[in-house]
Amino acid sequence: MSRPFLAALPILVRRERASLAATLLAPPIALIVTVILNLGLYVVMGRDPTAVVYAMLIEPFFSWASFSEVLLKTGPLLLIAQGLAIGFRAKVFNIGAEGQFVLGAIFASAIPIWWPDATGQWIWPAMLLFGAMGGAFWASLTAFWRVRLNANEILVSLMLSFVAVQLLNYLLLGPWKDPNGFNFPQSVMFQYDAMVPILIEGTRVNVALILAVLLSIAAWVFMQKSFIGYKLQVGGLAPRAASYAGFRESWAIWLSLLIGGAAAGLAGAAEVAGPLGQLQRSISTGYGYAAIIVAYLGGLHPIGIVISAVVMSALYIGGDNAMVSANLPVAAVRVFQGSLLLAYLVAIAFARYRLAWRPAAMRSPT
Amino acid sequence: MNAVEFVLAGMLAAATPFLLAALGELVAERAGVLNLGVEGLMAFGAVIAFIIVFHGGGHFLAFLAAGLGGALLSLVFAAVVLGFNANQVATGLAIGILGQGLSALFGKTYESLTVKALPKISIPGLSDIPVLGGLFSQDIVVWLSLLVTVAIWAMFAYGKVGLVIRAVGENPKAAHAIGYPVIAIRFAAVAVGGMMAGFAGAYAATIYTPLWADGMIAGRGWIAIALVVFGTWLTGRIFVGACLFGAVSLMGLAAQATGLDVSSQLLACLPYLVTIIVLGIISADRRLLKLNGVASLGEPFERS
Repeated sequence: MSRPFLAALPILVRRERASLAATLLAPPIALIVTVILNLGLYVVMGRDPTAVVYAMLIEPFFSWASFSEVLLKTGPLLLIAQGLAIGFRAKVFNIGAEGQFVLGAIFASAIPIWWPDATGQWIWPAMLLFGAMGGAFWASLTAFWRVRLNANEILVSLMLSFVAVQLLNYLLLGPWKDPNGFNFPQSVMFQYDAMVPILIEGTRVNVALILAVLLSIAAWVFMQKSFIGYKLQVGGLAPRAASYAGFRESWAIWLSLLIGGAAAGLAGAAEVAGPLGQLQRSISTGYGYAAIIVAYLGGLHPIGIVISAVVMSALYIGGDNAMVSANLPVAAVRVFQGSLLLAYLVAIAFARYRLAWRPAAMRSPT
Repeated sequence: MNAVEFVLAGMLAAATPFLLAALGELVAERAGVLNLGVEGLMAFGAVIAFIIVFHGGGHFLAFLAAGLGGALLSLVFAAVVLGFNANQVATGLAIGILGQGLSALFGKTYESLTVKALPKISIPGLSDIPVLGGLFSQDIVVWLSLLVTVAIWAMFAYGKVGLVIRAVGENPKAAHAIGYPVIAIRFAAVAVGGMMAGFAGAYAATIYTPLWADGMIAGRGWIAIALVVFGTWLTGRIFVGACLFGAVSLMGLAAQATGLDVSSQLLACLPYLVTIIVLGIISADRRLLKLNGVASLGEPFERS
């Protein structure tokens, strides 16, 4: 082994208590580092970095047309991420929010597809409710597999996402295809009463944003103030201590997955009853995966997640802008998302550890 | 050619991406590191290999570069989880998303283009056997993958290197105490895993379906991770599992060939549904998982 080389590297020494400053600074520092790294990549690709910076980072916040779209996209990301974060804190890794989101959209669409002529103000709330139930149902399969069959929830929830997308394809190419839709894989357009009310006149921002904010407040109260939330967190931090204290693991798994699934399903319902207005294949655009990054970037804390959801949403809108103005492929957003999460995970390490330049064993005892 | 012949002839080729990626993940997990980025590593290797073959670089160079690319990207993963003790689940997901994003970015201009696959090498005599003959007519990568499988089996069953890797995965503190460089061994194991995932992607994109499309790995990386669990961390069982999945992924084509009226979406779901069901069956036997599982899988090692 090249020991002199290793000795020259600094080592991590666990802090006696986690650094609050590092915890709060980690997300913005990670964001700055990611921006610099990705700009470097765009320069290598031969793009004009100033045009990309303007399109991705400035325009989403300084043009009302763009910012209202940022708010529109914040809704589903916030809903899904708040649901997932509860599970992540309890060490239940539900990676299948994408599938739960799709099932929510399918369940919600059943109402206007089966009753296309129905009218009344009950339709969109019923759709949201159905959507949440659909998402929870899909997540319950994962919970059953984990609790009763001991199967890894990461793999099962992810596999179910692939199945959900095929189920969507089946419906849109078969029984739910719009007969007058020129053979496009999409359902009929929904009637007026099947659409969630618009919140800000002249934009597409709808009631889903309010629901997402209400859920964030509920998540904050649940995680920080309630006994159940406390039990979930203890279960995640110290499973053995939790089981001695009588907190059941199976119960935490069911609760985490059902909450996460219902929130993702609600987001899926709000998409079809909102900006889409019909069930389409393009409902599955990776919100479920992006929300995982939103949850971590927000430090798994309900308030942090609100901020990171806005940032991630702006990244989507900025990516769309950059696709047009700087000729940047849409895949660049995924590269940005992946590197952002990596940078955050490195940055947050400094909350728990500090760098020391000499191995601990070589330091004189004090 | 009837359905049985068809499945037998294609099974090993269909199994190869699963097999290579799963064996790579086995090496990493045996050293105690859970790398969930396999899907992204495969996609990254796939696009590198496709671009090289498309521009006339040949398959050998393509596999070399894809393996190197997979290893380098997995070293980023290793640096974050081993250097900074980050959560392995979150880091693996990040690498997965990054790898898929990079593959889509680099592959953008190659969408729907095709390359020429490799010729099959038949074993004289054996490949003429009726029905079973197809098994003995495979491209060079399939033959080499079988050799790699045997080599990895031998390494863990009899080799000193395999023993050291297992020690590092089972009890890193003890391995450290007797002088093994735990972190360096884990780095190497993760790099080998990334290299194998790169090979697996290269095979999928330049030989098995010699065509580039965004998202062409289609969950095979995740199934490979599940295969390690199915195989209860044993090389032979992982090989059998990979063959099963090779056969399952051919079932769709076989069903269409025999004119069976099954919805194509259901057939597309089959590998995922089978994964879910088999995962449930294997995991339900907790004793089996405990017997062969890796004790410190996913846990960071901190020198005290």
